[in-house]
Amino acid sequence: MSRTAIPGPDDTLRAELPNGIVALARANPASPSVTLTGSLAVGALANPPGVLGLADFTAAALMRGTQARGMTALYDALESAGASLGVSGGTHTTGFHGKSLVEDLPLLLGLLVEVLRQPAFPAEQIEKLRAQILTGLALRDQDTGDRAGMLFDELAYPGHPYRLPDEGQPETVRTITRRDLADFHARHYGPRGLIIAVVGGVEPQAAIAAVRAALGDWDNPEQPEPAALPPLEPAAAERRARVEVAGKSQSDVVLGAPGPARSSPDYMAAALANDVLGGFGMMGRLGEAVREKAGLAYYAGSSLGGSLGPGPWSAAAGVDPKNEEKVIDLMLAEIRRLVEEPVSTEELSDSQEAAIGRLPLSMESNGGVAGALVNIEKHGLGLDYYERYPAVVRAVTREDALAAARRYLDPERLAIAAAGPPR
Amino acid sequence: MSLTRATLDNGLRILLKEMRTAPLISQWLWVGVGSRDEPGGRTGASHWVEHMLFKGTPRFPAGVLDKAIARYGGYWNAMTYIDWTAYYETMPAEHIGLALELEADRLQNAAFAPQDVDSERTVIISERQGNENSPLFLLDEAIQNAAFEVHGYHHEVIGDMADLERMTRADLYEHYRAYYAPGNAVLALAGDFDPDEMLARLRPLYEGIPAGPPPPRPVRPEPPPSAERRLTVEGPGETTFLHASYRAPAADSPDFHAFMALDSLLTGPSNLNFFGGGISNKTSRLYQTLIEGDIAVNIAGGLQATLDPYLYTLHLTLHPERDPAEAEAALDEQIARARARAPEAAELARAVKQARALFAYGSESITNQAFWLGFAERLGGYGWFEDYLERLAAVTPEDVQRVAAEYLAPERRVLGVYLPTGEPLPEEPPE
Repeated sequence: MSRTAIPGPDDTLRAELPNGIVALARANPASPSVTLTGSLAVGALANPPGVLGLADFTAAALMRGTQARGMTALYDALESAGASLGVSGGTHTTGFHGKSLVEDLPLLLGLLVEVLRQPAFPAEQIEKLRAQILTGLALRDQDTGDRAGMLFDELAYPGHPYRLPDEGQPETVRTITRRDLADFHARHYGPRGLIIAVVGGVEPQAAIAAVRAALGDWDNPEQPEPAALPPLEPAAAERRARVEVAGKSQSDVVLGAPGPARSSPDYMAAALANDVLGGFGMMGRLGEAVREKAGLAYYAGSSLGGSLGPGPWSAAAGVDPKNEEKVIDLMLAEIRRLVEEPVSTEELSDSQEAAIGRLPLSMESNGGVAGALVNIEKHGLGLDYYERYPAVVRAVTREDALAAARRYLDPERLAIAAAGPPR
Repeated sequence: MSLTRATLDNGLRILLKEMRTAPLISQWLWVGVGSRDEPGGRTGASHWVEHMLFKGTPRFPAGVLDKAIARYGGYWNAMTYIDWTAYYETMPAEHIGLALELEADRLQNAAFAPQDVDSERTVIISERQGNENSPLFLLDEAIQNAAFEVHGYHHEVIGDMADLERMTRADLYEHYRAYYAPGNAVLALAGDFDPDEMLARLRPLYEGIPAGPPPPRPVRPEPPPSAERRLTVEGPGETTFLHASYRAPAADSPDFHAFMALDSLLTGPSNLNFFGGGISNKTSRLYQTLIEGDIAVNIAGGLQATLDPYLYTLHLTLHPERDPAEAEAALDEQIARARARAPEAAELARAVKQARALFAYGSESITNQAFWLGFAERLGGYGWFEDYLERLAAVTPEDVQRVAAEYLAPERRVLGVYLPTGEPLPEEPPE
C-alpha cells in the first residue's frame, strides 16, 4: 500500500463506459476486504409534486427482493458471506455502499446489479418497509434536532425544493403505492450519471472489467436529465420560528443560510471560514463561546452542506430550553464577527493545516478512499485533486474567507429555527 | 505486525503495535476507572473527570493543545464507560510527540480550576438533558436501575441529575487522584513507528510518575438474580419500545464466546470494532420472526465485553399496530427455541465467517487497532483479541444451547417497556 495513502492519477484507474457509467478503482493490496460504493443520478428532486418521500422509499425498497430472489434469499447470500450492501436516497443522488471480503467481490457486484436493475418490489415487503418508514418518521417528529433542522430548511429555502424533507411525511408515505415505486424506478434509474468506485484488495484492471461486465449493457432510453434547481429567493429579513415538542428536556437551535455548491469557486474559502466559525478543534469560535466560556451547551458548532446545489451553511447547538435566546444571541454575535472582520492569520493557517493534515486520516480505510473517488467524479474535481489539495487549501486568503462569509451569511437575514418543549 | 510489551516500575503497562499501512499513529491511554467505581453521591464523577482533563494543565493550558492537535489534522477525544475511561489521539506520525507529552502530563497534572468545574457542570447537565430527550435512554436507565441493586452498574455513566447538581470540585479532584496513576493505566499505540524507538521516547515521560497507592474498588458484587422484574416508562411520542435485558457473562467468562455466537444467531453479529462498520441482521432469527411477522419494525441486540456480568439486551421497536404483550409472546417463543434446541452447525459456521469479515473491516483503521490493544488488555490480555476468532470457531451447537438455557432464563431478566403517551402530531397538509 502506498505510504502516502492519497489517491492520484498514477494509482487510480478511471473508465467511462459507453452507456455513461464512470467506474473508478484503486488497489489496497494489504487489505483482505473490498469496498464498492457509488451513486446514481436520481434523488428526491425527482419526486413528483405532492409525493414527498417517493425517491427515498424507492431506494430503500430496492433491497426488498429482486426478480431472481426474495428479500430473505438476498440477505442470506450477503450475510452468509459477512458482506453488506445498502442503497439510500438523497436529495440529488441515490447512494449505494457495499463491502465484503475480497473473495466475495463477485457475489457483491452481482447482487448490486440485481438490486439496481431488476428490483421486484414485492407487495408484502413494501408494506413492512412502509411500517418501518412510518415509525422512523414518528421518531423523527419527536427528535428536537431533526425538527429544528426541518424548520430551518423551511425558513431558509422558501419556494425551493431544499425546503422539503427527502424522507417525506407520514401522509405522503401512506399514499405511495407499489406501482409508484416500480414506475419511479423504471423511469429514473439508469446508467447515465452513475458513478461506481471499487477499492481494496483487488487489482484496478480486474475491478473495472468486472464493473463493465456487470453494468456495461444497462440501458434506459427514458432516463431523464437531472432536474435543474430554481434560483434561490433572496431573504428580505430575518426569518425566525420555534416548534414545540412536548415532554423533552433539551432544545435544539439551528441558524444560517444557503451556502455555496461544492463546485462553486468560493467553496474552499467558505469551508475554511466555516472551520474557524464552528469546526476547528472543539468546534471553533462557536464551541469556545457557547460551550467552553459560557458552559451553555453540550455541543455548538457549524457545518457547510454544499453538494451539487447550494446546501445550507448553518450553526447548531443543543441547549437547556431556558437558554435558547441567550445561545442564539451568542451564535449571532460570532456570525457577525465572521462577516465584519477577517479571520486572523493564525486562525486561517490553523484551519488550512488541519484540512491538509486530516487527509491521510480520512483515507486510511477502503471506504474513505472510495468515497473520495466518488466525490472527485461527482463534483468534477479531477483525479489529481487530492494531490493538488494542499495548494488549493493554502491559496485561500483571509480576504477570500471574509468575502465568502459575507456572500452567504448576512446576520440580519438569517433563518433561525428552534425546537424544544413548550415554555 | 509485531506486538511489543513493557511494564514500567511504577506499573504502567505499555503495548506497541507497528503498522506501516499509513503515515499515522494512534495513541490510547486507558485508565481503570468507570461508573462502576462510583458510590452514591458521586455518580457521574468518572465522566466529569474525563471532561476536566480537556481543561488543561499548568504546562498545557486549555485550548493550546486542542489547537495544536487539530492543526496537524489529528483528532482526539475520550470515552467514559461503565468499566474504564479512555483517551485517544490519532495524528500524522511526525507530529505524535505532542500527544505523547500531553497524555503523560494530564495523567497527573490536570488543573481542575474551580471556574472550569462550574462551567463543565452546566455542559454535562446539558448533555444529560440531551440524553433524556431519547426514549431509549429513559428506558435503559430504568432497566439498569432495576437490574443492579448493589453493584455500581446500577447507574448510567452520565450520572444522576442530583449528583451532577451537587458534586464539588473536591469530590472530583479526589476521584481523579485516586484512580489516575500509572499502575491503574494501560498505554497503547499502533501505527507508523519503530517500537524500540517509541518505547525509548515514552519511558522518560512516565518513569518519574510515582506508582501511588492501589485505587479503591468499592465494587460490590450483585447477588444472582432471583426473579424477573418488569417495568414501564411512559413518555412522549407514538412509538412503543420493548427491551429484554438478561444478566450476561463477563468478558473473561468461559461462556463469553458461546454467548457471542448465540447473539449472532438471535440478532446478527455484534460489531466489536470501535471504527469499522457492521453488517445487516436480516437473516437473524429475531428479524425473520418478529419483523417478517409484523410484530416489530426494528430489532437489535448486543453483548458487551465487560469486567463484571452486565446486561445482554434485546431491543424491539414495535410495529405501530402491535402491543407489548404480543411482542413479548413472540420474543419468548424465540427465547424458548434457543434454550430448547441446539442450532444447526451451518448457522454457527456463518456466525464465524461474519466475525472474520468484521475483523477484516476493523483492521483497516489504525485507530481501531490501537483501540483493540488497550481494550483487550483491560479484559485480561491482548490474547483475548488475538484468540477471539479461534475461540469463536471452537464453540459447538451444544455450547450455544447451554448458554441460552442458562443465561436466558426468565428470572435473569428485566423486561422494560416504553409506552408512548403522546397523541400523534397534528398532520400538516402535503405540499
